[in-house]
Amino acid sequence: MVGGAPALRLRGIGKSFGESRVLEDVSLEVAPGEVVGLVGENGAGKSTLMRILFGMPIIRETGGYQGSVEVAGQEVRFRSPFDALDAGIGMVHQEFSLLPGFTAAENILLNREPLRRSALDEVFGERLSLLDRAAMEARARRSIERLGVPLDPAMLVKEMPVGHRQFTEIARELGREGLRLLVLDEPTAVLTESEAATLLGRLRALAAEGVAMIFISHRLGEVLSLCQRVAVLRDGRLVQDLPAGRTSVRGLAAAMVGREMAAATGAEPRTFPAGEPLLEVEGLWVDMPGETVRDATFSVARGEILGIGGLAGQGKLGIPNGLMGLHPAGGRVRYRGRPLPLGEPRAALEAGLAFVSEDRRGVGLLLDEGIDWNVAFGAMQVQGACLRPLLGGLLQWRSDAAMASLAAGYVKELEIRCTGVRQKAGTLSGGNQQKVCLARAFALSPELLLVAEPTRGIDVGAKELVLAALRRLNRERGTTIVVVSSELHELRSLCDRIAIVYEGRIAGHLPASAALEELGLLMAGAATAPPPEAR
Amino acid sequence: MNRLRRLLAENAVVLLFAALIAAAIPLSGAPPLYLLQEVLTRLGRNAVLVLSLLLPVMAGMGLNFGMVLGAMAGQIGLILVTDWAIVGLPGLTLAAMLATPVAVLLGWLCGAVLNRAKGREMVTGYILGFFVNGLYQLVVLYAMGSLIPMLNPELVLSRGYGVRNVINLTGVRQVLDRLVPARIGGIQLPVFTYALIAAMCLFVVWFRRTKLGQDMRAVGQDRAVADAAGIPVERTRILAIVLSTLLACYGQIVFLQNLGTLNTYNSHEQAGMFSIAALLIGGASVTRASIPNVLVGVVLFHLLFIVSPTAGKNLVGSAQLGEYFRQFVSYGVIAVALVLYAWRKQAGEQQARAALRGPGVGT
Amino acid sequence: MSGARRLLAEFGLPRVIIALFLLGLFAAAPLVGVSLAASLSDTVVRFGMNGILVLALVPMIQSGCGLNFGLPLGVLAGLLGATLSIEIGLTGPGGFAAAAGISLGFAALFGLGYGVLLNRVKGGEMMIATYVGFASVMFMCMAWLVLPYRSPTMIWGFGGEGLRTTISVEGFWLRVLDDFLSVRIGEEFRFPTGLLLAFGAAAALVWGFFRLRVGTAMTAAGQNPVYARAAGVDVDRMRTLSVVLSTMLGALGILAFQQSFGFIQLYQGPFYMAFPAVAAILIGGASVSRASLVHVLVGTFLFQGILTMTPSVINSVVKADMSDVVRVIVSNGMILYALTRRPAEGR
Repeated sequence: MVGGAPALRLRGIGKSFGESRVLEDVSLEVAPGEVVGLVGENGAGKSTLMRILFGMPIIRETGGYQGSVEVAGQEVRFRSPFDALDAGIGMVHQEFSLLPGFTAAENILLNREPLRRSALDEVFGERLSLLDRAAMEARARRSIERLGVPLDPAMLVKEMPVGHRQFTEIARELGREGLRLLVLDEPTAVLTESEAATLLGRLRALAAEGVAMIFISHRLGEVLSLCQRVAVLRDGRLVQDLPAGRTSVRGLAAAMVGREMAAATGAEPRTFPAGEPLLEVEGLWVDMPGETVRDATFSVARGEILGIGGLAGQGKLGIPNGLMGLHPAGGRVRYRGRPLPLGEPRAALEAGLAFVSEDRRGVGLLLDEGIDWNVAFGAMQVQGACLRPLLGGLLQWRSDAAMASLAAGYVKELEIRCTGVRQKAGTLSGGNQQKVCLARAFALSPELLLVAEPTRGIDVGAKELVLAALRRLNRERGTTIVVVSSELHELRSLCDRIAIVYEGRIAGHLPASAALEELGLLMAGAATAPPPEAR
Repeated sequence: MNRLRRLLAENAVVLLFAALIAAAIPLSGAPPLYLLQEVLTRLGRNAVLVLSLLLPVMAGMGLNFGMVLGAMAGQIGLILVTDWAIVGLPGLTLAAMLATPVAVLLGWLCGAVLNRAKGREMVTGYILGFFVNGLYQLVVLYAMGSLIPMLNPELVLSRGYGVRNVINLTGVRQVLDRLVPARIGGIQLPVFTYALIAAMCLFVVWFRRTKLGQDMRAVGQDRAVADAAGIPVERTRILAIVLSTLLACYGQIVFLQNLGTLNTYNSHEQAGMFSIAALLIGGASVTRASIPNVLVGVVLFHLLFIVSPTAGKNLVGSAQLGEYFRQFVSYGVIAVALVLYAWRKQAGEQQARAALRGPGVGT
Repeated sequence: MSGARRLLAEFGLPRVIIALFLLGLFAAAPLVGVSLAASLSDTVVRFGMNGILVLALVPMIQSGCGLNFGLPLGVLAGLLGATLSIEIGLTGPGGFAAAAGISLGFAALFGLGYGVLLNRVKGGEMMIATYVGFASVMFMCMAWLVLPYRSPTMIWGFGGEGLRTTISVEGFWLRVLDDFLSVRIGEEFRFPTGLLLAFGAAAALVWGFFRLRVGTAMTAAGQNPVYARAAGVDVDRMRTLSVVLSTMLGALGILAFQQSFGFIQLYQGPFYMAFPAVAAILIGGASVSRASLVHVLVGTFLFQGILTMTPSVINSVVKADMSDVVRVIVSNGMILYALTRRPAEGR
């Protein structure tokens, strides 16, 4: 073994999923005891890079990767996450993978429990050996002490505060023999400030002991304070790799969103007369798992296209889902000057709102039904479209012909590629499925359309069509639109104003023509919005 | 105060049934000594069967309605040794030995099927019980006496093949119960059977402390986490069912040696239903079951079993009513337990989501 | 070649095997001296008798509540209607209509409570339905003993308590549906026109219901509850409504069964009523989450055909009464197959 070999060296890593290239020539080194920050927007390639490092089966199933991974100077090609663990690479996930009914010690040593050997092993194998509880506790205690936090090995995980659960996860990785490199994926996302501060302190101490770390976080301040070096991924390329001292929050944010595009301006901003806005939202909270909204305040003018951006998990998706009543929500929402009840999808729909969900297959479509059902269903249920009264209106008979002609209209308008309006939605391509979702919302002739991630996972041609359709709806029919998207470029080309969500709150509003860098700063939480005037 | 309330809430089912029985005993007019003797006898008869349900609960697979598979295996063993006229302890041991491979095989089948129906193990195990019952009938009603030679014509239906509906297990009747005779104040105690039950309980306690037992608990709590830690989830689940089926098989043999007669075509059906009801009356739930639940449950269930017909007769003049009431309670307690489980699961999911609401959430 | 394979995949291997098996039974019938006409006649009558009970499963499957193992609840409502109609002393079509009317009232009530319960136990519906069904049957066993019925045709003579276990409907409404416009063809084939008309009418009603706005909403709620909710549908209400419908159809189904069978079976009679119906609709091609009228018609015919033909044909071939075992294996095997199928569509 070479004395000065880095704990990890990635050389020229590349990866494609089918047609789309997600990683291109990424090289990164982490020395023993070094903490390297890894930042980037959603979809920049961070998770794919980690999947390659951990030998996740999905990478092999989709054609493997280019380049090489070296651990302590040895080239490795892991076939499963267990190989990576054996090589001394540990991972702490954003979501806890702990057993709530087990104690800290049982979790720390899960499937690595020390056993008391006995003669029975010869006959039944070691799964029938007794656990050595005393040794378990001792080993767990050692890991906890190494981490240096006050954690009771005998405490059940379900009775712990959130911070202690995070410590338990880290202690589990520390408990492995020969831990060289620890990957932490947003470890502070669920912690309070003081818990996060404690955690960062403990991580520094661990690094001093020689454990190398890759720290993935959107909290750029934390990244800069903890890491010696910060690498920035953008669109699958490593665009910047600087010592922490030579960069800043502003510099990182700019690198994340890209500077070269900053010259390209957004759409021509339109101004809207002051006066009563169409939608006023004040102190909105939404309990949407993974996209919690804590306290959002904003308003939308009649005829406007408002963009809502922000990193994944910050709560931007919670806003439309909460407004439409799909997740528990509260706060003061006024629509056309009247209060809009939350938690009742029907009330929102009847008031004139419509929603294109980010979860096409889960919320947006009936996969097993034809395009005609999918397009007409909402309008039928809410507005009584495509129905024929029977027995003097006592019964409302479904008119398949009306449904088919409604759907056929949208198939033509949105260029949905299909074998006919009876084709099942589940068999369409992603782009065409998205067009069906749009058609369903258009069929409601909404006054205010909420669209979440309209172009996620669809090809370039379909993207253009979808964006053009939204613009046309706004310009020709005067529909007010709120677009929620992770793609800043897309928001800039479509919207009049852009609001950025950070940690469940609106961090600020900017005109679409604002520099990308400014938007990037808001997304990283580096700039805060002026307090809303309502307060 | 709070602890007392929690203790009461946790044992609500047990207390409810204890109260019900306390009210019914005087109504039935049964002499205490008789009741004591009956309960002690039935405890020995039924406890092993109920114990067999513990491991699948631990592995997160719910109440093992597929335990009837084990009961059928045990019955096949008993039918064979009765036919071969091997009596006494050797007969019983041989029956258990013959039944073991059948039980392991059926348990493996059951575990594999349940692995294909994750999330609805109970209803699948339940239907699997019916399905295998069809296969069992095929063997016992048609193959035995034709394909499988039967020595004792008294066991065979008059048409020349197929086993009779009722078999007298005279050769092995109460062999275990009377191995170590004991009488205390007119009460007969099946000492050896009790020793066997104690051994089974010790087995369960020991098993929980093994690596495999720990893995089962882990799989029971969260399959994904267990899988990520490298525990072979599907295999562990199959082993839980195999062990349960095997215990059920021995349990049915213990049960029938005490009873002395085998209802060829429905002893096993009742074994499943009554064992599950007993465990639930003992305070267990779909996700938590312990040895005390087993013992308390067997005592309470059988007390109810004994007193309700006579109580019903004395109360409204109908023994049949008491009998129906008892069955109503058996089915009802299973229904209520399942409802409570589903209910709590839904409430728990909502609570877990509520915990996601961070600080700053207004009212 | 691939066309045939696709057809096979669409129709499902178990269904093909069962259809071929039934075809074989019909083909073999004349060879072993079983009258084909009588067998066919039997099959048709049983198809009509059981049809509505199978139909009763459709609403709940469509709304996402799964297989209604709680069908005995509807059957109990039917028994209450039947016995009350006899107690009042009504006979003929009027008596049958009264029985149906009373049954529907009870069924709506039972279904409402049962539906509200099932909404609170989503995910565990099938097992809970089974045991709620069992417990209700046992509860009604007690009720049959103590309810103050007086009609001498229904209560035990001297010394007995409560209602009889089986009550003959002769003299009341025996075969009111079967004999309505019935046609005799040849010696042994009788076509039960009225019975099939009644089944057809019930099926048409269900078909029509699913073409209404509310029926469309119910289908969507079953296929994708989140989608339905996002489109403004009250999913819980759709589920409750489907349970009420299912229970009401179950009540009518048992009445149609009884008038043809000739007896009302009380006490443990309704216990296992759900299983043959569930097996039939699954044999017809339904899954745990999707069912149509075609599944009902095909499934009822195939399943009842096998039940009719196995005793007569198999028994004369192997000289043993294997019909019961065949029924147990086929029906439970079918349910098991449906439960262990990887969900290819829907949820």
